[in-house]
Amino acid sequence: MVAVVPTAARSGASAPVAQRSSKTGYLLLFPGMAWLGVFFAIPFVTLFMTSLQAPVAGSPGKYQFGLEFGNYASAMAEYWPLFLRSFLYAGIATLLALAIAYPLAYFIAFRAGQWRSLMLVLVIAPSFASFLLRTYAWKTILADEGIITSTLNSLHLLPEGRILNTGIAVVAGLTYNFLPFMILPLYAALEKIDPRLMEAAGDLYASPQTAFRKVTWPLSMPGIVAGTLLTFIPASGDYINAALLGSTGNRMIGNAIQINFIQFRDYPTASALSFVLMAAILVLVFTYIRRAGTEDLV
Amino acid sequence: MTDAARAVEDLHLQNLTKRFGDFVAVDDLTLTIPAGSFFALLGASGCGKTTTLRMVAGLEDPTEGSIRIGEKDITGLRAFERPVNTVFQSYALFPHLDIFENVAFGLRRRGIKDVKPAVEQMLDLVELGSLARRKPSQLSGGQQQRVAVARALINEPDVLLLDEPLGALDLKLRRQMQIELKRIQMDVGTTFVHVTHDQEEAMTMADTVAVMNAGRIEQMGHPADIYETPQTVFVANFLGQSNLIDGRRTGTSGEFGVIEAHGLSFMVPSDRCFCSGSDVTLGVRPEKITVLDAVDAEQVPDGHNRLEGRVTDVSYTGVSTQYLIDAPWGQELIVFEQNVVVGDRCSVGDPVILHWAPSHTFGLDPAPGRGAGIDPEVIEAERVNAHLRVRGAED
Ligand SMILES: Nc1ncnc2c1ncn2[C@@H]1O[C@H](COP(=O)(O)OP(=O)(O)OP(=O)(O)O)[C@@H](O)[C@H]1O
Ligand SMILES: [Mg+2]
Repeated sequence: MVAVVPTAARSGASAPVAQRSSKTGYLLLFPGMAWLGVFFAIPFVTLFMTSLQAPVAGSPGKYQFGLEFGNYASAMAEYWPLFLRSFLYAGIATLLALAIAYPLAYFIAFRAGQWRSLMLVLVIAPSFASFLLRTYAWKTILADEGIITSTLNSLHLLPEGRILNTGIAVVAGLTYNFLPFMILPLYAALEKIDPRLMEAAGDLYASPQTAFRKVTWPLSMPGIVAGTLLTFIPASGDYINAALLGSTGNRMIGNAIQINFIQFRDYPTASALSFVLMAAILVLVFTYIRRAGTEDLV
Repeated sequence: MTDAARAVEDLHLQNLTKRFGDFVAVDDLTLTIPAGSFFALLGASGCGKTTTLRMVAGLEDPTEGSIRIGEKDITGLRAFERPVNTVFQSYALFPHLDIFENVAFGLRRRGIKDVKPAVEQMLDLVELGSLARRKPSQLSGGQQQRVAVARALINEPDVLLLDEPLGALDLKLRRQMQIELKRIQMDVGTTFVHVTHDQEEAMTMADTVAVMNAGRIEQMGHPADIYETPQTVFVANFLGQSNLIDGRRTGTSGEFGVIEAHGLSFMVPSDRCFCSGSDVTLGVRPEKITVLDAVDAEQVPDGHNRLEGRVTDVSYTGVSTQYLIDAPWGQELIVFEQNVVVGDRCSVGDPVILHWAPSHTFGLDPAPGRGAGIDPEVIEAERVNAHLRVRGAED
């Protein structure tokens, strides 16, 4: 869509170069394609076939080739509430992360001055410790005797009297763990915005608030879309936060997949759930991108 | 919009000062820009032009001083509250909005509902009506520049500020846009404050030119007045070229002051002498001087200032011929001669006599180094040209 004429002119002028570089292009693509083939396409097909397997009569935990589409129906019948909960938790965590990350990214991009690099390092620094370890730490932070819980309790702000082992803890964990994935794309998008555009908006009778709404926010949209996707997708498939910070009433779909695979050895159900999760995320993401109207991302 | 009778008012800057830490970017500026005029602020890079504009626009707070439009003090108003719009040096068009929405931006912010007629009229004025639905990135530099002008002008500001709006364009487009901008300004009658470091641009476009140097206005006035009668060494060098000769004032003869320099005496009209002490730098523009072959000495009119020299360089530029002449005391003087007669010209090495009318002479306070205000790039270009010419002559 951008600049049709110049593009045409350019490709016309440098046709031989373009040909050579397209061959190089294929060569450069090869390692990536091979990687995808071995580690995505093949497992993908295997997973799909597993999801249709039938149990071997008389030997539990053994499955054979089949076309049991009923696996999907029974898996969904049992686990659909977990799907809803996963998307709800992931959705809330994504919104919270956006609310926390946007001001932070804005500050780093426009106000931090010489502290910019340091602050970016600080954003990533927690990731140097293991995901599991950091989630365990939240167990301590949110513990019933901990400062946060007791303070909130003394203010009678907690309906269940505790945070740990509730949905709040799971959402808090998700928000915390995926925050860097929100901050970094937001920062990248904001940092690209020319601050003179905000001056121009001010010069054209936009108050700072209006200038933000009409200029900064729309220009940061690619970062918002990227950040929300990078947060929402892994958060909806996550099981560690629900396992460590929630109770049985807060299980997410990742927990169901994990239990079916490892504990029940019900591979077809686990595979079917994985497949539905993948499909559901794809549908959600595409609807979302359509709505957000950012063609640059697809 | 084309209603020139719209009440516009003068812009007053009063003791305007801007300091960044210890550095004084704009130094106690006091000036009045008449309503409806095309005012050019001319100065070398870093002399404080942008800072001055930004203070008027409300994008920078003055350290001291005030800004008024008519009787209204706008010093304390935020940018979006001022009846002033800016055409930014970088254009700063909104990349996510199309041309129409860019131009409509200011109107929409002021709650005007039906923006279509005004925007279309404005786009026609800058001859971009057919491109209304393009994004800024799909326009050429000159088109973007016109969008920037349209986006600012549509708000009918009391004052339009233009910060080197033509800086990014090539020479041909620059000339074209200069004419365009001048036409638009005459059409709408808004006060234009145009910042530039291109002296030719300032002179061709503006009614009033202010030459700025190190945060101060050196001289202000009609372009022709400033050119013909520079009042400081900086202006004499920055606006066009000048021959400057250091001397001493020794007396008066009628309406003229007498200046002794290097054993010669020159006459300067007293009303063109802007010097406080007896040390005077005498100046004359290169095109005011006539070059004569030394043998034609008797042709020098009575009362003319004159000196002898030797031609060191002749370059033919079509319209005129440029001579470099060595004065007896070693200074190099420059002379432009209109090519009105075909043929016979002085050539390198010829002894010549230079003469000019006393009324074309001006007297200035000496500045540290006669080079004040000379653009180093121009000097470099001259040097390279001279070098090429010498090589050309050897071939
Ligand atoms: N925010 C700032 N902090 C410190 N110094 C500044 C700042 N803005 C400008 N200056 C200094 O003030 C002086 C004037 O700057 P200004 O931008 O007004 O120059 P200018 O005349 O517009 O030059 P140019 O023709 O290069 O655009 C410069 O020396 C510049 O370094
Ligand atoms: Mg500037």
